[in-house]
Order: sequence, then C-alpha cells, then structure tokens
Amino acid sequence: MKIKQLLPIVVLAATLSVSGCKEKDSAVKTRVEEKLNANQETAGTMVAITDGVATLTGEVSTENGKMESGNIAKGTKGVKSVVNNIMVTPPAAPVVITPDDPMTLALRDATKDHPTVNASVMNGTVTLTGTISKADNMRLMKKISALNPGKIDNQLTVN
Amino acid sequence: MALQDKYKTLIDEATRSEVRGLQVREQNGVLYVDGTAPNGSVKDQLWNTYNQIDPNFAGGDLVLDIKTAMDATTTQVTVNTKSSNLNIRKGPGTDQPIVGKAAHGETITLVSRSNDQWWQVRTKDGEEGYAYAEYLSADA
Repeated sequence: MKIKQLLPIVVLAATLSVSGCKEKDSAVKTRVEEKLNANQETAGTMVAITDGVATLTGEVSTENGKMESGNIAKGTKGVKSVVNNIMVTPPAAPVVITPDDPMTLALRDATKDHPTVNASVMNGTVTLTGTISKADNMRLMKKISALNPGKIDNQLTVN
Repeated sequence: MALQDKYKTLIDEATRSEVRGLQVREQNGVLYVDGTAPNGSVKDQLWNTYNQIDPNFAGGDLVLDIKTAMDATTTQVTVNTKSSNLNIRKGPGTDQPIVGKAAHGETITLVSRSNDQWWQVRTKDGEEGYAYAEYLSADA
C-alpha cells in the first residue's frame, strides 16, 4: 500500500531528475559555446554535451585554437571531461594575380613568337583570340600560366 | 569543389609525382594549382593530363602554374626554341635591343634567375644579356 502511494512520487522524481540532467547538458553547452564564440581563435568549434562529457568538433585554423577550445571547455562549469576532435585547417593564402598593366607587357613578350595570336587582359582575365597549332597552344598556355593571370579565356582556333 | 573533382586526376598526379609546395586553391570560379615539379618531364606530363581533361584549354577554369625545380648550382642551360635562334636582349623585355643570339639546341651559361620570365645568360662568345626563360631548360 505504501509503495502504491509512493509510486507517483518516485516516477515524478525520476522524470525530474532525467529532464533536469538534460537541461543541465544543454545549459552547459550554451555556456561553452558562448565562451568559444567570444574567442576568434576558437570560433567555429562545435560542441555536444552528453552527461557532462563535451565532444568538440568542427574546424579551426590553428593548432593553438584547437588546444584553446579544449581548455575553454574543460574550464567551463558542468563539463566533466572533453573529447577534442577538432580539425586544424590553416587558411590558404589568397591567389596573387598580376595587375593588368604589367600583364600587358608580359603578354607582349609571351606572344612574340605567336604572330597569329592576339592577347589582351581586362581585370585579370587574359583573352586569347586567333589561330594556333595544337603544340603551340600548349607552349603558349605554359607561358601565360606562369605570369599569374586571374583567368585565361582561350578562344583560339586550334588547327 | 566541383572544379577539384573535374581536375582530380591532375591533382592526384601532382601529389604522386612529388610536386613540392603543391597548392590547390579555388577563387572566383577558377582553380589555381601551383607547385614545383622535380623535373621537366613531370611538368610536361601534368600539362598533358590538363589537356586531356580540358581539350585545347578552352575551359578557362584552371591556371596551372608548375615550375621546374632547378639545382642552385646549375650553370648550363639548353636553348629549347622550336627551331629558331633565341634572342638575347640587353634587358628583360622584348622591347629591349638584341645583343646576341643563341642557336636552337645550344648550351649556354646561366648567370642569374633573378627574374621569373627573363633569365640572365652568357653565350660561349661572351655575349651577356636576358633570354626568355620558357626557351631555356636545365635538362641538358
């Protein structure tokens, strides 16, 4: 009889403790995320919390950023341990493109031996028109590709 | 990412052939592949692959800038013009006066590679000036 009376209380308590735990994980997740996003080096890290275990994923650009993310998570209240699966991917430097004026001069040199080819450049895009042989087309492309063009628009008729 | 798929064979080949400092970057719809090939034949092979993927290079979506590794001690280079003589000029540029010529297949002395396109050379007659680097190869 006593057990019957107690049962609803036990169920209620169990429900509360489960939902309470869940809430706690999500609250911890928010806390960790806020800290990570506030730091430029660690922003980009994704967090998942299960029973106080923080799993970190995503990409940062430095090894230090990965370490820092781990430390931030470890130092956050409610985090028991950290699994750091962050990938470090250094950002690629942007491609340097030769400005149009020096490119115009360089194109004159590159096309000197190809009198049937006309080459011009506009906003980094080199446009080739005219006719060329198959072998010379590759020769010319090798020369122009070495000049750091933004793009080569090869409209040559190859014969 | 679609461009990296299109040129996957080329990129894989460059990796396999130990192209040093290989960089594959995509910017504004163009794929830039840069690096230094261990020798001239690796560079040629990569260009042949490029030509197979993009016949006659008409796609306009790749800039393949593969340099050829050269030993710093290299002092002799061969003139690899199609058949004609190679002009040697007073300065780096076709607007510069011609100070000498080197024959197709001739080996001349490399003085300096301070400029990527124009190398400073000296013929066996002692004429010194600048020649277009594309027409010179170290594989003597």
